[in-house]
Order: sequence, then structure tokens, then C-alpha cells
Amino acid sequence: MSTETNSPVTRLFDGVANSARFIRDKFEAFEGDRLGQIGLVILATFIFIGIFARPITIDFLNITIPGLAPHDPTATRVGGRLEPPSLEHPLGTTVLGRDVFSQLIAGTRVTLLVGSLAAFMAVFIGTNIGLVSAYFGGWVDDVLMRITDIVYAVPFLPFAIVLVAILGSSIVNIIVAIVLVLWRSTARVIRSQVLSHKQRPYVESAEAIGASHVRIMYLHILPNVLPLAFLYAAFAVGWAVIAEASLSFLGFGDPTMLSWGEMIFNVYTADAIRVAWWWVFPPGIAIMLFVMSVFFIGRTLEKVVNPELRHQE
Amino acid sequence: MSLLEITDLKTYYRASDGWVRATDGVSLSVDRGETVGLVGESGSGKTTLAKSIIRLFPKNAEIVDGSINYDGTEITELTDRQLRKQIRWSEISMIPQNAMNGFDPVYTVGSQIVEVIRYHEDDTSKKEARKRARELFNELGIDPDRIDDYPHQFSGGMAQRAMIALALCLSPNIILADEPTTALDVVIQDRILETIKEKQREIDSAMIMITHDMSVVSETCDRIAVVYGGRVVEIADAETIMMSPRHPYTLGLRNAFPDISDEDKDLISIPGTPPDLVDPDEGCRFAPRCPFATEECWEVTPEAEDYGDGHMVECHRADEIEYLQEEAAKKETWMEQEIGRPDETPPEVTSDD
Repeated sequence: MSTETNSPVTRLFDGVANSARFIRDKFEAFEGDRLGQIGLVILATFIFIGIFARPITIDFLNITIPGLAPHDPTATRVGGRLEPPSLEHPLGTTVLGRDVFSQLIAGTRVTLLVGSLAAFMAVFIGTNIGLVSAYFGGWVDDVLMRITDIVYAVPFLPFAIVLVAILGSSIVNIIVAIVLVLWRSTARVIRSQVLSHKQRPYVESAEAIGASHVRIMYLHILPNVLPLAFLYAAFAVGWAVIAEASLSFLGFGDPTMLSWGEMIFNVYTADAIRVAWWWVFPPGIAIMLFVMSVFFIGRTLEKVVNPELRHQE
Repeated sequence: MSLLEITDLKTYYRASDGWVRATDGVSLSVDRGETVGLVGESGSGKTTLAKSIIRLFPKNAEIVDGSINYDGTEITELTDRQLRKQIRWSEISMIPQNAMNGFDPVYTVGSQIVEVIRYHEDDTSKKEARKRARELFNELGIDPDRIDDYPHQFSGGMAQRAMIALALCLSPNIILADEPTTALDVVIQDRILETIKEKQREIDSAMIMITHDMSVVSETCDRIAVVYGGRVVEIADAETIMMSPRHPYTLGLRNAFPDISDEDKDLISIPGTPPDLVDPDEGCRFAPRCPFATEECWEVTPEAEDYGDGHMVECHRADEIEYLQEEAAKKETWMEQEIGRPDETPPEVTSDD
């Protein structure tokens, strides 16, 4: 009998069922929350566009899924110079005759990549530092929190510009720059939350039962503060996208990866902001929509964390 | 040799103004299958004493001196890891005061019990552990199907039962029950105590019951230790403590609980507050509140004296039992005494000018 229960297949099913239930529980917060739902729809659309922006070739199946972008975003002279929107080019062309619509779609990918990767890494680091710091206290807490204080004193843009200038402008370096600054707020908030959880009776019970420090930290306290980490992850995504756009606009973006911020930078350097509205507005609106959707979702997640907000409407 | 032998245990808390001597030279032994009650006021050190047994205390606490011998193992000398793996829960488990918060809110009650079983018994499968948890639930009077509920879905009494299930799931040799029924109403309280006793007899484990409720200890315990100011001031079998105690504090405690058979009897409380345990002076700790305190009580810390049958009392005047019992039953004795040292000279006023 017992061999059956421990077979990897049943375990897999258990795992799938558990995570399905977990996700369903989390989504309950979105019920009846129009803004949260709108946020989810916008985000889902962007994710879809991001994934299928360019043709995907699956080698061993020998299929190519055509990309959503009608033209190659980097190909020059697909149309005339600075053509206003037309049927052929829905969002007009750039000064080099590139298709703006295709650029916008291709730029989604970079935005998603930077946003999700940077946010995930920042929250991962922040949560761990906050958890360890609060749980062990004493000198560990002192050291980690003073480091956090130092990072709090670092202004983002000058820091990122210097870092990118030294290490070279690549997407990885931009993500590193964002992560190195972004983890601080998560660390602080998670720390304060863990400080309160550490004193609760269930932690003492776990200790009496014989659980080790690592076990108490990651199996008992972490799940209790995870909703807060999710919330900060949502806000971090928005923040990271804005940070990437700012850096790109200032000319420190990855020249090989076209992003929305970089598009605005290109308009600016081409001195076409006053002329080509079709070139400036789309990336600007896309950034706004994306960040907005993430913040709407964050706002809904906040209700999970802070039940008081639930009664306010 | 008893199952648990505590000798001259001193557990102190580091505070900004010195050591708080929460447990100061306590000796106590617990036999297999025996129930020992620890009674005393809040802040008397009874919880610290119990938690010292599994070294479960905050970082600023320390066992300064003494020994805790559990079945031949010296607990004060174990490493944290040994303590976790060998002693905690599998040998000595605990029923905490507030069961509602004793469970981790993010896991189901059942999965927490299963986790505990599997954590301590490597070769028990998940299915077996679950089966055991269901059986325990059934025996403790909870519907086994509620095993998949989260702690907040339980009522107070049910959560307490589930906590007992958790404490019993490894059939420990000693159960530390820290005011297990304080948060419950009297009807549930009685039933829970019954359940605990029943299960305790079944797995033949010893129990240390911490409470400030004399009625609870008199009902459930074989022996009672009265704790005051970090010391066990009197210990004897339950009947002796209830019927003929020798320590003035025990006499006072007994007065503070209603006796249903004696309608006219007023409740008499002990005036004053528990002593400050930060670096206390020599002398009996109860002296400031004791109506019978003499010069000797203020100067010399009383040693435990044996009055037969393991009845140990720490009091200089314990010999005058008839006189003490008679006087202690009168309300005036307690009400008219002055708190503090009667002949104490007021602090000298020194002025510089």
C-alpha cells in the first residue's frame, strides 16, 4: 500500500492539485474587483504579444510560428521616412523607414523580460535578507539592515548609469543594476513582518516540536509572509519597467535589444518628437498601460495582505 | 531513579538591570506515569521551569546552573541538534496555552500532525501518518474528516483537542501542559482535562501541568509543587497540599479559591504582588507578604525540609503547622498585615546642603 502513496506519479498529482488549489485561492481576491481584472487582462495581452512577437521556430518539429510583428523591426526602408500611419504601416514609420508597429510589438518582449526577471530577483533577494535578518536578530540583523540602509542611500539613476558605463550596456547589466537597488524595500517590509511572526505561538510550537531554524524560517514563517512578497513583486515589476525605460531613454539601453524606452530615445535623437507623434505616443502609452496593469494587480493583491482594504468599498 | 530529575536548576533571564532569576534553585522529580502540577501566580516562574526542561526559551534566557536529567540523559549538556532530534516532542512534548495560535495558520491541521510524525520517524509513510492522525482525532472526539481543515476553521475547544492530538502523536514520555485549559470555558475545560488524563494513562506518560487554577490541579494531579518567586516553596501529594499544607503561601492560595461546601466562607486573597526577581536579597521571598514573617525569615533563605512522604517545605515556621493553619484561615490575618518589612528603617534622607 505504502509504495503506491510514495510513487512519483501520485506525488506529482498531489503537487498539481495543491498548486491548482493555491492559485485558485489567490485568484479569489480578483472576484468582483474590476480594476484587478482589467489589470490581469492587460497583462495577459502583453504576455501573449511578448511571447509571439517574433517568429518562433521549433527545430525538431520543423514548424515556424509566425510572429505578430508584420515587418522586421530592425529592417530599414520598409516604408518611406517618417510616414504617418497608413494601412500598410498602422503606426507609421521611423526616420530610417522602420515600421513603428513592429518595433512596438518587438519591444514588449524586452519589457517583459526586464520587468519579470528584475522583479523576481529583487524580491527573492529582499525576502531572504528580510527573513534571515529578522529571524536571527542581533548582529546578523544589524549587519544586514545597515547594508540595506546603505542601499537606500543610493540614488538609482546615477548608480545605474555608472554601473552600465563601467560594465557596458547589455540587458543583463541593466537587470543587475535594477536588482541591486530594488531589493531594499522588500527586505525592510519582510523583516518587519517576520519580526512580528517570530513572536507568535506557532513558531514556539514548531520549536518545541524540534524543527530547525531553517525549517521554521522557510516552512513556517515564509509561507505566512509570502503574500506580502507577492505584492512587492507586483510593484517591483512596474518599477523595473520604468527604470529600464528611463535608462534606455537616457541612451544606456542595450543597443541590440529594442525596448519601448529605447524607441523614445530614438525619436529624441532623431529630433522628431514634434513631428512624428505616431512614433512617440505608442511606446509611451504602452509603458503606461503595462505599469498600470501591474499596479492594478498589486492593488488587488494588497487586499489579500491587508484585509482592512476589503471593507472599504 | 525517576524519569525526570531536576536538581538545583537555575534559569535566569538577562535584563538591562541584572539577572532575572525566574527559576532559582529548583529541584523536582517526576516519575513515569505521574502527573505533577505546578501552581503559582503569574510571574512566579512556573512556565520558565517547565520550558527549561526542553530548553525552550528566548535568547536572553540561560540555564546558569543545575542539572536536568531525563532518563539518564543530561539535557543541559545536549547540543541543539541532539535536543531537537532526540528529546523535543518524541520524548517530551508540550500542549501550549493558546492552541488556536499554536498551529501554523497556512497549513491544514492534519498536514501539521503528519509533518511532525514524519519529521521524527523517518520510515513512516505519509499515508500511515495520516491514518494515525485520523485515529487520534477520532479518539479525542474530533470528526476525522476535519483533518483537512485549517486552524482558523476550528473552534477553541476543538483546536485545543487538535493540539493535544499533536502533543500525543509520538507517544511522548512526558507532556508539558502549559495552562492547557485557561482559554476555554469551564464545561469544555473539564472535558479536555478528562481527555488528556485518559490519553495520558493510555500511553503511560508523565505530565507536568502548569496552572494557576487550584481546582484544576487538585482534580488532575498526583503531586503538586507550589512555585513562588522562582522557587518551589512546597511540594507534596495533592491531598496533602489541599488538606494540610505547611507553607503560608500555599495556605493563602488555598484561601483564594472558593469552597462550594462552605457557603459562608469569604474568599481571602493574598495582599501584595509577586516579588521582583531581579537579583533578589537573601531571605524568604514570601516574607514581604507573609503575615507570619519573623526576623529570621528576612535574613536567612529557608532550606527545603522534609516532613515525611516527600512533603518538602521551604519555610522557617513550617513546624508550627497548627498555629499557621488556624491563623491563615482568618481573614484578618491577611488583611491587617503590613506589606514589607515591619521594622524597616525608612531610607535616610541625605542632602548636600
